[in-house]
Amino acid sequence: MTTAIKYPHAAGFVAGDRPKIVTSRFEHADSYTIERFLATGGYAGLRKALGRAATDVHEEVKSATVLGRGGAGFPAGTKWGLTPQQVFPKYLVVNGDESEPGTYKDRLLMERDPHQLIEGCLIACYAAGLSQCFLYIRGEMALAQERVATALNEAYAAGYVGKNILGSKFSVDIVLHWGAGAYVVGEETALIESLEGNRGMPRLKPPFFPAANGLYGQPTIVNNVETLANLPWLMVNGSEAYTAIGTKTSPGTRMVAVSGHVKNPGVFEIINGTTTFRDLLYGAEFCGGIRNDNELKAFVPGGGSAPWFTADQLDLPFEASQVGPAGSMLGSGAIMVMDSTTDIPAAALTLTHFYAHESCGKCTPCREGGTWLERILTRIVEGTGTEADLQQILEVGAMICPGDFPHASNEKLGLAAVPFPYKMTTICFVGPSAFAPLHSAITLFRSEFEARLVKRISIPVTAVSTPPTVWA
Amino acid sequence: MSRLNEANIKTALEIIARYPRPKSALIPLLHLAQEQNGYVTNEAMVHLGELVGVTSAEVYGTATFYEMFRFEPVGKYLVNICGTMSCALMGAGDLMHHAEQKLGVKAGGTTADGMFTLAHAECQAACTEAPTLQVNYRFRYKVTNGDFDTLIDDLKNGKLADEIPAHGVVARIRQRIPADRGVGAVAPELVTENPAWMDGKAAL
Repeated sequence: MTTAIKYPHAAGFVAGDRPKIVTSRFEHADSYTIERFLATGGYAGLRKALGRAATDVHEEVKSATVLGRGGAGFPAGTKWGLTPQQVFPKYLVVNGDESEPGTYKDRLLMERDPHQLIEGCLIACYAAGLSQCFLYIRGEMALAQERVATALNEAYAAGYVGKNILGSKFSVDIVLHWGAGAYVVGEETALIESLEGNRGMPRLKPPFFPAANGLYGQPTIVNNVETLANLPWLMVNGSEAYTAIGTKTSPGTRMVAVSGHVKNPGVFEIINGTTTFRDLLYGAEFCGGIRNDNELKAFVPGGGSAPWFTADQLDLPFEASQVGPAGSMLGSGAIMVMDSTTDIPAAALTLTHFYAHESCGKCTPCREGGTWLERILTRIVEGTGTEADLQQILEVGAMICPGDFPHASNEKLGLAAVPFPYKMTTICFVGPSAFAPLHSAITLFRSEFEARLVKRISIPVTAVSTPPTVWA
Repeated sequence: MSRLNEANIKTALEIIARYPRPKSALIPLLHLAQEQNGYVTNEAMVHLGELVGVTSAEVYGTATFYEMFRFEPVGKYLVNICGTMSCALMGAGDLMHHAEQKLGVKAGGTTADGMFTLAHAECQAACTEAPTLQVNYRFRYKVTNGDFDTLIDDLKNGKLADEIPAHGVVARIRQRIPADRGVGAVAPELVTENPAWMDGKAAL
């Protein structure tokens, strides 16, 4: 086993002795240049794809089961097949609006290997017959925007993007678009609204999903940056090589960022499906344990929106079909670790504040409920909350997510797991996400909240034997 | 005067031409306006409305949704300290407290000399490098109190002028689509058939 090397030019990324599908170029300081890209097999996947019929390429991606890496985990090839046959034009929108708390991979892929992403976009457009591609990068990512703009300019000049790519009949424009700071725009229909120049509020769905009715009312495929970055490797090596890595239901690799109280926080490209949370948190080639060898208190397994896990769930693998029933989700590949010194109510407050702040205001339960949750929790954290406040949190939460809210099992507390997903009264996941961390925290660490409550002790009143004589 | 200048009008038209519908260019154009003036002025929003063919109210509606757009002057350097979970776990609260002491303003405030605006920010996608901050959207990782002081001093002395442009400029490199290479944007209603390469045969 090689020891993990941190590349100073890919801040946070830790390589290892594992298959590298999307991070193969990260070891080079100039990985973002077209020279390095071409010298390391760049655009070979595109060439290979163009040498086959588009439907063939689509089939190849479908049989590889490339799971969407944005959070929902929907297979990309299947998604492409959902567009209506006889409606034109169709669009590709690349979701580079990464802002889920803890998530940190798309930015690296855009900063460190923008050409790989461009190649992935081209393959997707070719396979699914998409006429134009819009690459939506989060507004705050200045370096990613600069790197992708440079890469696009280079690719246009070299004939990889634009009219008659590589001299073929395949022509597509990739337009760089950038946002201006709104978490909710990471939701695909909000992304489309934002791309149309509107306020980034999600659209009601069902009935219409973007694949049928998206950008300008046309069929639109929205794919995550990491999903598309997988395609060049897949084209070169084939779907059999891809599915040989990982498990049948979760093939390939995925990028996971582990942050918080671990010895070596970092972004890792791990084997999908087989790697467990214990490997990641304690493995020598990954995080190497909890800081100061403290005890693990809890961890967020899949980005800020995910219900929390404790040490009981460490042996679960990165496999949606196992993490879901255990009460949480893999989401966007972000683990945030809390050690025994963590103030749980305060930690939950940072996340609830985030979602309350990022609510777009379209659905009432999220707009009002999220803010209520934050205010009530703030009272508790500051030490002025009461027992009624704790009850109120759960009641407000039940208005955003009626029914049993998913949570992990816990042996010590005698809790059985409530499986994912939850019911919700909002269009998108921002509302439930404000409640998720709070619900987990209260369920798993109720005593920490109770310790902070103001106790109202009733004073016994003695009966007055004679009426007061004030009227006399 | 705070409408877009000649050079920026040219850039704006270039950006608008890339989209099948002009309104799509609104967010990039608002950035352009902010780049020119340091914040988004009312006149600029009226001008953008004229350029993309919507009312200024619609421009204002879009602009106010997004956090990066400012409608009042801010400091030359906008210092955003992340306070979301991973950074909070690694001491972002203390860093913010120190920053407030150092700059002499509360989060959200601007220093009297107009150099710095300090702000609390949400997750910046650099969670393993916590606590993080961005100065005009340029990252600083694992920031200690000492690092923060050095950063502020360097910014004051103009040492970082090459790396960090004044507030308003996000990316300094723009996409340019050469006229002879671009396919061009077509309004969706004008497209009536499958793209040429969807004929069941290989493109190459």
